[in-house]
Amino acid sequence: MTAPHAHPSPGHHPSTGPSGPGPSSASARETTEGTVYTVTGGDWDEVVAAAAKADDERIIVNMGPQHPSTHGVLRLILEIDGETVTEARCGIGYLHTGIEKNLEFRNWTQGTTFVTRMDYLTPFYNEAAYCLGVEKLLGIEDQVPDRASVIRVLLMELNRLSSHLVAIATGGMELGATTIMIYGFRDRELILDIFELITGLRMNHAYIRPGGLAQDLPPGTVDQIRAFLKTMRKNLVEYDKLATGNPIFKARLQDVGYLDLAGCMALGVTGPILRATGLPHDLRKTDPYCGYETYDFEVPTADTCDAYGRFLIRLEEMRQSLRIVEQCLERLEPGPVMVADKKIAWPAQLALGPDGLGNSLDHIKNIMGTSMEALIHHFKLVTEGFRVPPGQAYVAVESPKGELGAHVVSDGGTRPYRVHFRDPSFTNLQAVAAMCEGGQVADVIVAVASIDPVMGGVDR
Amino acid sequence: MTDANGSNGVNPDQDLNAENLPGHRGDQGEPIRVQRGMFGANNGGDTTGYGGLVRPVRLPGQATRPYGGWFDEVADELEGALEEQSLLPENVIEKTVVDRGQLTFHIAREHLPRVARTLRDDPALRFELCTGVSGVHFPGDKGRELHAVYHLRSITHSRMIRLEVSAPDSDPHIPSIVDVYPTNDWHERETYDFFGLIFDGHPALTRIMMPDDWQGFPQRKDYPLGGIPVEYKGAQIPAPDQRRSYS
Repeated sequence: MTAPHAHPSPGHHPSTGPSGPGPSSASARETTEGTVYTVTGGDWDEVVAAAAKADDERIIVNMGPQHPSTHGVLRLILEIDGETVTEARCGIGYLHTGIEKNLEFRNWTQGTTFVTRMDYLTPFYNEAAYCLGVEKLLGIEDQVPDRASVIRVLLMELNRLSSHLVAIATGGMELGATTIMIYGFRDRELILDIFELITGLRMNHAYIRPGGLAQDLPPGTVDQIRAFLKTMRKNLVEYDKLATGNPIFKARLQDVGYLDLAGCMALGVTGPILRATGLPHDLRKTDPYCGYETYDFEVPTADTCDAYGRFLIRLEEMRQSLRIVEQCLERLEPGPVMVADKKIAWPAQLALGPDGLGNSLDHIKNIMGTSMEALIHHFKLVTEGFRVPPGQAYVAVESPKGELGAHVVSDGGTRPYRVHFRDPSFTNLQAVAAMCEGGQVADVIVAVASIDPVMGGVDR
Repeated sequence: MTDANGSNGVNPDQDLNAENLPGHRGDQGEPIRVQRGMFGANNGGDTTGYGGLVRPVRLPGQATRPYGGWFDEVADELEGALEEQSLLPENVIEKTVVDRGQLTFHIAREHLPRVARTLRDDPALRFELCTGVSGVHFPGDKGRELHAVYHLRSITHSRMIRLEVSAPDSDPHIPSIVDVYPTNDWHERETYDFFGLIFDGHPALTRIMMPDDWQGFPQRKDYPLGGIPVEYKGAQIPAPDQRRSYS
């Protein structure tokens, strides 16, 4: 942490502790902004002593961007008066990777490989929002096969589980509740195993493609998911036993990070934070996509407007997700997983070769040896891509964090003209000031954890 | 048939009598660029014999009434509410586009805050939630190069509409709607950061993603992507913006 300015002072060497050897641990430096101390822990005494000598109590603390409890590279700029936060601001952009700009230089199908890396805890939502947008521009929403939609829903709901598990796990860890962290990551691992089985990768799948899916489910998937459902139903109870009624956990979360309905609406906050104000707004119900209107599930709400309510909602949403996954498994009928239009359907007959996942040699032999047309299509689709008629579309999905919208613009070419993502983490993070000001420094951690921002999605 | 097409046959986009040709979009859509050749390859790679093809690309144009579904209701309510504020709807709403099941109002930029406030507060409209602003840069759309696109959601009525505002490159100013939708604070900063659109009235319009001292606006179309050629299995792979494209 640096106080009050971010630049590390020149010649500063981190010390091993208050009694450690070496030069003075907290070095002071005069700037136009006032005295700047760079502290690395264990040397707060000097800062406090210096601050006591100064006539005002006000200290500005930079928490992050490399602080373990700020969910990645989030920089919180806190003005503190004793233990009270008087002003809280966010500094973002440390993980900006230019994904939206990069998309404009790849074809429409390649876009999924980029968007899946935005919010890396919810890759399937990024892919689904993008692909639904492209499909809307192409006008092929109705041609996407049922099996593809069911698998999309299945993956999205499993992904909701894994995202909420990380939210709860890291949130618990930041409070010092390391058991919750162990439980959360243990269960998330089971889901990542399923993802790995289906897509070949634990994260960054690029499995949902415009028009359908990259490939069908491999054998054994349904059995593994059923086994997982059984385990997860048993494990979910543990979170209740461990945390829901835990007096310390409740004391840390209740009435912390308060944001009511009016605040949520003004700040555009969606997801569990909005539902914790009692409004059952869920795009899966109000603006369904991928056939969500045909699934039987409930939208949990709470009326506490605080971090505890958001925790309870996440727990309940996981139970509902298990219900949806179960319904998906019942609906899985054999069939195609990509639109029939060969001008759009990416020829992805993939197989595992010695250098990783690639086009199946049988498929290549088939098109090279027997079908000139298939070879031409394969070549043109892969090198050029397909054209998308000019226009724009906005498609939103309910990601675990809130409304994830994709604004997709085409100029009639084979590459996206402009894709903008309305990432829920980005929007929700604006609520930090409203949630934290006037509270304790320790409550900032709880409030930020209850927002569950993922900087990959915030900065894109 | 007109003679303006020269001797090489008829270009449907220049022929006034060709309105009824299939796939012809007419001239009311917003022209954003001109497509040359059959496949869009711009470095002599088009050997089809259609290399001389010239075709303007237009965004979907003005829709005619009825728009269908609840679109007419929203449009009527909005026009009525504007008239109550003694504004002429045709001065405020430049055009209304219905495309792919989504309703878009193109708003004259000086009227944007008034329209946003009306859409938020009118009980029959009630678009409570703004999902931010997205910029789009159309260098070929002369005088309207920079577009700001807002998506508004009504939770009360379960509806979604789009507002589109444009500004020329030479005067990239659009009024801020942060005082109507505070959520747009960061979104407008992001659009300023990437497109150089200046949102007048924003409380603190600074860069948000790029470093504070960054020069230029990265998401504009004339801003290069950058990148270096890489070697893979003995071959040079050019940077993504240097590769052949077919757009």
